[in-house]
Amino acid sequence: MTALSALIRRDVRIALRVGGGALIGVLFFLTVVVLMPFAVGPDLALLSRLGPAILWLGALLASLLTLDRLFMADHEDGSLDLITMSRTPLELACAAKALAHWLAAGLPLIVATPVLGLLLNLDMVATGAVALTLLAGTPALTFTGMIGAALAVTLHRGGLLMAVLVLPLSIPVLIFGVAASQAVIVGPMSFGAPFSILCALSLVSLVVGPFAAAASLRHGLD
Amino acid sequence: MSGLNQGKMQLSGRGVVCVRGGREVFSGLDFEAVSGEAVAVVGRNGSGKTSLLRLIAGLLIPAGGTIALDGGDAELTLPEQCHYLGHRDALKPALSVAENLSFWADFLGGERCDAAKSLAIVGLDHATHLPAAFLSAGQRRRLSLARLLTVRRPVWLLDEPTNALDVAGQDMFGGLMREHLARGGMIIAATHAPLGIDSRELRIGGSV
Repeated sequence: MTALSALIRRDVRIALRVGGGALIGVLFFLTVVVLMPFAVGPDLALLSRLGPAILWLGALLASLLTLDRLFMADHEDGSLDLITMSRTPLELACAAKALAHWLAAGLPLIVATPVLGLLLNLDMVATGAVALTLLAGTPALTFTGMIGAALAVTLHRGGLLMAVLVLPLSIPVLIFGVAASQAVIVGPMSFGAPFSILCALSLVSLVVGPFAAAASLRHGLD
Repeated sequence: MSGLNQGKMQLSGRGVVCVRGGREVFSGLDFEAVSGEAVAVVGRNGSGKTSLLRLIAGLLIPAGGTIALDGGDAELTLPEQCHYLGHRDALKPALSVAENLSFWADFLGGERCDAAKSLAIVGLDHATHLPAAFLSAGQRRRLSLARLLTVRRPVWLLDEPTNALDVAGQDMFGGLMREHLARGGMIIAATHAPLGIDSRELRIGGSV
């Protein structure tokens, strides 16, 4: 247990220091969402209809942006060798790294959502709904993205490849995340059904992600 | 600082075959090491010295043959009882010297001793709060050595351990290795330079 909490603390600390990945993701998210009202124009009704989709797209791209470094940095400086050799199962170490990444890069996106909701003409309830779906859905993005990050280490120079590999896995999350938020804003569908599926996707990726990533890292031992 | 609790240990490899990138690096390699013994792996560049260490560390899968440790902790696998000191230092430039060391101590777990004392032994106690980004190559190596001292492992796998160390650093490291062997530890080191302690030579890839 101390081993895993040490790993989480280290990764969060590195991400928050100068040059870490946490700030890059939030700034990217901010840029995408702030620019959107200027691109769409002064149609407030259209803006609030597009709002959840824009926020979700921004969050998805922001998390993909920083995910490819998840294992690459540890691979390059030799830390991954020691993590592989250690007494902590590699699956748990992968899960801890993904959790740390979500804490440092995913959680700030959710905190920023209410502020950005104002720019997109979303009312309190709609902003709350989007924030809630992001809270339930971003872990799925991180944990499926981790599989791509592990493959990127194995296949070398796989940064671009990662985006392509992870894309199909993140599409369902995007669909149900936006569907649940839209249900609150325009109806007529109920919020519960897509939100439950979103939670289910997160739970599945929580279980499958670490095993797939660890298997990929072991296979790529070199 | 207690000793290693295991009795006599023996590391042995039988008919080990190493294939990397489709090319056979070496084959039919037999080797042996017992506790209290240092083995210096020598051979020309590309003969597979690093590969042998990584095979023992479980970071490469042997294409044939077996590597086993007898007499160690039966609960643990061989890699879990090894320290691996490779070319890359496993240090994070954003973290301070003390943070880097205490992370590895917490993460690797097992029997350990005081991190501050290890830093003093390797001569880095004046730089505890300095980010690792500002360390020289020799200081980075010293910080890696502090990891071997802070967390106890019976088998040390060292890849060119004296690289970047100054003369005083090499003397200090020689003393640390002798102490480790006296405590019943085992050292497998890939090296071109003399190791600075009594060691048995294991030559791979034929004569130079």
